[in-house]
Amino acid sequence: MSSIPLSAYLVTALLLFCMGLYGALTKRNAVIVLISIELMLNAVNINLVAFAKYGVGASIRGQVFSLFTITVAAAEAAVGLAILIALYRNRGTVNVDEMNTLKK
Amino acid sequence: MGYVWLIPVLPLLSFLIILFTRPVIYKKAGIVGTLFSGAAFVGSLIVLFSHFQEGNYLVEANWLSIDAITLTVGFEVNPLNALMLVIVTLVSFLVHMYSIGYMEDDERIATFFAYLGLFTFSMTALVMSPNLLQIYFFWELVGVCSFLLVGFYFYKPEAKAAAKKAFIVTRIGDVGLLVAIFLLYWQAGTLELDGIFSAAESGAITPTMITIIAILIFVGAVGKSGQFPLHTWLPDAMEGPTPVSALIHAATMVAAGVYLVAVMFPLFLASEAAMTTVAITGGVTAIFAATIALVQNDIKRILAYSTISQLGYMMLALGTAGYTAAVFHLTTHAFFKALLFLAAGSVIHAAHEQNILKLGGLGKKLKGTALLFLLGSLALSGFPLFSGFFSKDEILASAFSDERYILFGLALFTAFLTSFYMFRLYFLVFAGEGKGGAKESPRTMLIPMAVLAVLAVFSGFIQTHWFGTFLGDWLETTPYPVIFSSVEAPLWIPILASALSIGGIALAWLMYVKQSVPHNWLYGSIKEVHQVLDRKYYIDEIYQGVFVKGLFVFSYFWSYFDRFIVEGTAAAMRGVVTQLGKTGVKVQSGQVQTYGAVAFSGLVIVLLVIAALGGYFQ
Repeated sequence: MSSIPLSAYLVTALLLFCMGLYGALTKRNAVIVLISIELMLNAVNINLVAFAKYGVGASIRGQVFSLFTITVAAAEAAVGLAILIALYRNRGTVNVDEMNTLKK
Repeated sequence: MGYVWLIPVLPLLSFLIILFTRPVIYKKAGIVGTLFSGAAFVGSLIVLFSHFQEGNYLVEANWLSIDAITLTVGFEVNPLNALMLVIVTLVSFLVHMYSIGYMEDDERIATFFAYLGLFTFSMTALVMSPNLLQIYFFWELVGVCSFLLVGFYFYKPEAKAAAKKAFIVTRIGDVGLLVAIFLLYWQAGTLELDGIFSAAESGAITPTMITIIAILIFVGAVGKSGQFPLHTWLPDAMEGPTPVSALIHAATMVAAGVYLVAVMFPLFLASEAAMTTVAITGGVTAIFAATIALVQNDIKRILAYSTISQLGYMMLALGTAGYTAAVFHLTTHAFFKALLFLAAGSVIHAAHEQNILKLGGLGKKLKGTALLFLLGSLALSGFPLFSGFFSKDEILASAFSDERYILFGLALFTAFLTSFYMFRLYFLVFAGEGKGGAKESPRTMLIPMAVLAVLAVFSGFIQTHWFGTFLGDWLETTPYPVIFSSVEAPLWIPILASALSIGGIALAWLMYVKQSVPHNWLYGSIKEVHQVLDRKYYIDEIYQGVFVKGLFVFSYFWSYFDRFIVEGTAAAMRGVVTQLGKTGVKVQSGQVQTYGAVAFSGLVIVLLVIAALGGYFQ
């Protein structure tokens, strides 16, 4: 059907994951960090779908699984944002550097 | 004989009663103590006389049994013990009585009598012990009593220092004794005297070991009896009350060293080297202390050096196999030296002065004391027919017949020095013009002195080759294998000794009474010698320089070692751990992102490793 090989999907997912990881580890703004995490999740989704189509035991299960992931990601984003807003109300900032109360 | 254990118990009771009723009993403590020690004396006399009839007595009981080790306790009565018991309880009783007068103004009089009771208990128990462990136990106990009594005036810094010195210096000797006891137990397997002697006789202990053990025991005796080089504590111990000096540091405790060597005599006899050590130490100490006594000015210190010198005589006698001579001199010395100390105490009590150069002319005011002091001095000087004459003669004969002619010569010369310094003391204190007022001491003080004076004059007749060697014959009934060599001296020895003794007295008389020989005819010509004698051969200074300073250097070295090396190592370890912790703290920043980064890099490393190994760990 298409001449795009599996490796291309995987490389795309890899790049997306790395960008997400980079953002999650380096950005100071908590919102950006949250968005970066979404990016990483989506990279995983691409992998799931790609293997569902071209993998060794290709089946519909990968796509079903990615749907679940998207659902969970949506819930996670909602909870994450809620926590962020609560934090912002509490501390007046969304800068992750200032969120170091774990240390104490 | 079955009630012999009562003798130490009586003074112990006196100690306990006075100790617990001190505030109530107060000045009556003297009477209580005197009664109890008097009872102990009567008991000792009974024991002595029943020993004449019944012979030796020994009772033992098991004290501790640990596996194969059995320790016993018990009491023994043999001639030496019975004699020591009588001497100790008699002098103790008289000193108790004397102290009633001497200590009456002291508000700690009850404590004083309690200590005296404790001492009498320890000393009587010491001389009745049939095994070395028990001897050691009471040996230390008399040391403690000596410490307590020397430091009785503890508010005086000198007394405090003297008490510590007395305790520490004798402890040095005690270590030798303790090691000897360990060695004996190791070699002989028992601490009982008869067991030890039979082991030594049967050859179970090698001759070298016997020599080592005997010398170590002698080290203990050296400490206790103030022999050179551990004599320095005894003159300082004169800081204690004078009755204490008479009881502990003249008649009884310091003689414990001689007693110990006498008790262990079979062991010494088995070793020629040990005998030589004892003889030389004794002879050297005798002349060494006598020369110091020549130039001292403190009445009690002169007597203290004289005690050291006389104890040296006893050791010399023991070292030349003169067992009888040593015990004999111990007996007579106990009487006349206790008398001299008590008389000196009477002088101090009356004149409140101890420096003989500041005293004088007391003979007219203190007639009784002067007469008693004179009798004591004559006995000590070995004036013919006084007790010291016979016992000293016995020692000289013993040294002569053992063919130790150099020591014999030293002993003869010491006899001359002895009579000189004693009469220098006597004339300076009692003759000449009166300086300051003085009142004769009360009767409770004079009576004990009179009793001692009678003994000092006549006790020599218990052992003389003219009438009979009663003491020597009796001592031979000892249950232990002691070889006796109570030898008869050639006639010229007592004559020469008497001549020297009288010569010393005459010289003192010429110098200090007639003053036809100027005081300083000898000092003037050899100032350096006088200086050396005055500073007691610089022994204290040498000990200070070598041992005390040496110990300081040594301890400073280890103190710095500890501070810099040991503590430094510890600090370095601590520093490393702290730094490690600080690094760890930095890692734990609380930043989730950092944690994430670390976790991720860890994952990457793990994956790289797996990739490099080509799969899972195998």
